[in-house]
Amino acid sequence: MGSVDIYALRGIDIEIEEGEFVCIMGPSGCGKSTLLNILGCLDKPTDGKYYLNGCDISYLDDDTLSDMRCNYLGFVFQSYNLIPQLSVIENIEIPLYYQGISPNESREKTIEMASRVGLAERLYHKPTELSGGQQQRVGIARALVNNPLVILADEPTGNLDSKSGKEIIDIFIELHRQKKTIIMVTHDEDIARNAERIICLRDGLIENDERVYRG
Amino acid sequence: MLNLVSIYRWIRVIKMGFKSLWLHRLRSLLTVLGIVFGVASVIAMLAVGEGASQVAQEQIRKLGSKNIIVRSVKPSLEQKATGQRSRAIEYGITWEDATRIRSTIPDVEVLVPNRIIRDVVWNTQWQIDGQIVGTVSWYPEMRQLQIIEGRYFNESEVLSVKNVCILSLNTIARLFPNGSPIGRSVRIGSDYYKVVGIIEDEGGVGTSTQTQSFLTQSAGNNLREEKRGSIQSIQEGMGRGDNRKATMTTPNYRVYIPITSAQKRFGETLVRRTTGTFEAEKVELHELIVMVNKEDRVEEVAKVVDNILQKYHKQRDYELTIPLELLRQAERTKQIFNLVLGTIAGISLLVGGIGIMNIMLATVTERTREIGIRRALGARKRDIVIQFLVETIIMSGTGGLMGIGLGLFVPYLITYFASMPTIIRLWSPVIAFGISAGIGIIFGIYPALRAANMDPVEALRHE
Ligand SMILES: Nc1ncnc2c1ncn2[C@@H]1O[C@H](COP(=O)(O)OP(=O)(O)OP(=O)(O)O)[C@@H](O)[C@H]1O
Ligand SMILES: [Mg+2]
Repeated sequence: MGSVDIYALRGIDIEIEEGEFVCIMGPSGCGKSTLLNILGCLDKPTDGKYYLNGCDISYLDDDTLSDMRCNYLGFVFQSYNLIPQLSVIENIEIPLYYQGISPNESREKTIEMASRVGLAERLYHKPTELSGGQQQRVGIARALVNNPLVILADEPTGNLDSKSGKEIIDIFIELHRQKKTIIMVTHDEDIARNAERIICLRDGLIENDERVYRG
Repeated sequence: MLNLVSIYRWIRVIKMGFKSLWLHRLRSLLTVLGIVFGVASVIAMLAVGEGASQVAQEQIRKLGSKNIIVRSVKPSLEQKATGQRSRAIEYGITWEDATRIRSTIPDVEVLVPNRIIRDVVWNTQWQIDGQIVGTVSWYPEMRQLQIIEGRYFNESEVLSVKNVCILSLNTIARLFPNGSPIGRSVRIGSDYYKVVGIIEDEGGVGTSTQTQSFLTQSAGNNLREEKRGSIQSIQEGMGRGDNRKATMTTPNYRVYIPITSAQKRFGETLVRRTTGTFEAEKVELHELIVMVNKEDRVEEVAKVVDNILQKYHKQRDYELTIPLELLRQAERTKQIFNLVLGTIAGISLLVGGIGIMNIMLATVTERTREIGIRRALGARKRDIVIQFLVETIIMSGTGGLMGIGLGLFVPYLITYFASMPTIIRLWSPVIAFGISAGIGIIFGIYPALRAANMDPVEALRHE
């Protein structure tokens, strides 16, 4: 809309390996979400290249990008982004539906995933009937149900109190232990300490990229 | 297997559509109301139109497609005023005319001369203001009228001037409320007539205002003419302005007697009472039905008949009705009627469609975030298009079905309460439903495309 071009990101050059738990940090407006959207195939960079699973996404058409998101990526949002009129189980099922998996298989996987995040009892509730922490667990189950290569989480604990935040982070730690690739945006340094790698952005540039070694 | 999954997906999409529409039941209902009423009015109007034209065509057909009906008409008002009060006005078709037509036109197969007289008909204490038709023995065949009980009078009864009569159904209902009239007698003036048969009513069952006005439209041009006395207000006289009221409000109670008897008992000169004054008129034949041997000769013969009559009549004291022509006009009128209805229906459905589109655009905006979420989770543009299109089609389709329900019910009510005949043709609900589903697609495609073409990132950011 603005007549001035804004470059949210400039000269980003990173490589994330399979199984890594990466945290992206930085002040507000530095381009963290923009980076995550590009990594999530929701946005294309105006310039530069992004390879996902060895595939250059800048040449892919919209349908193929949709399929990439459907098959390789899982999103967890700060504001949960659950569809209010659907029940917990239906929300979790959405990615499987777009994958075109048969109904029985899809139900089975969904219920399994819901129990993994501790929501086996709440399958048929509406999102509004759940607490924030529970809603975010639905969000995580939904991101995991299609068994993605990468889980992208934009401030997943941003709307939660510290106790439920901790529970959510514990799920991510568990996922990391299961060799899932996780890329998480956060403002919280305590949370970032759980990651193996922290990338700090400032004004669209990488300020710092360090590996954390836990003793 | 792949097929099974795609069927499952469609079921899911349709279920989902119903679900989100059900979530806003009132809104959805109000949205489809335009379609409901549009479709219902199409079906109802078509049913009424079809019913009216069916009855009209039936009645015209009853007049006989091979017939030409010549009627005596009282000359225009001014002439009546200048003519002396004391003398009987003489006008109309004569026996001579009938003979002339018979002998000059070889295409004429049968002639039916009729005298039609209004008088009070009595059965002991019951009485009606009847219409006495003096006619010949082959009248029922010419008019395709069915004898319900007993028989019609035969030729020898006509020749020997017998006092026999045949009553129409409605006459019997009034005159013989209890028991069959066959073998009993009715009194007209000072003469008694033996009832030998019962015949169906000439107007046909279900004559109604609707039919009358429909016929007026169709036959009006042909039959527009001067004011006439009530003597000629015969029921088949469709489309005559002054006659219509009489036909609608009071049915004709008919009594058929041999024409010879009519001539002998009533004489040539008829006295008629009109608000205080007496009026006498002399009419030999009130009606002459000319049956032509072939249908495609009817119009030519009618011209010849007209020419013959014109030659021997100083004033135009007769009129010609050609049922075949009426039939054609009725068909043309029906086509125009349908065209007009179609246009009105089209407009109302268009309005309904715009209403749906309007709501769908609002829905898409309202659900921007949902669209963003679905896109982020792997929905292709096509999936979003289908989702919203299915919702629109469900709405317009359901509206269409509701409209059909209403449209089938309304004609039933019309028939029940206004006793108007209605006919629902199978194609009318089928077409109505097709159109409403089509409206769903046409007016749903734009909102659906708009939803699909949203930028996923923007959509996710939408509050
Ligand atoms: N659609 C857009 N049009 C214009 N500028 C945009 C748009 N989206 C993002 N930006 C700009 O890009 C920059 C980076 O935005 P981004 O949302 O990535 O920041 P962020 O690091 O996620 O911030 P926060 O921590 O507040 O979420 C900001 O300066 C923002 O104003
Ligand atoms: Mg952000």
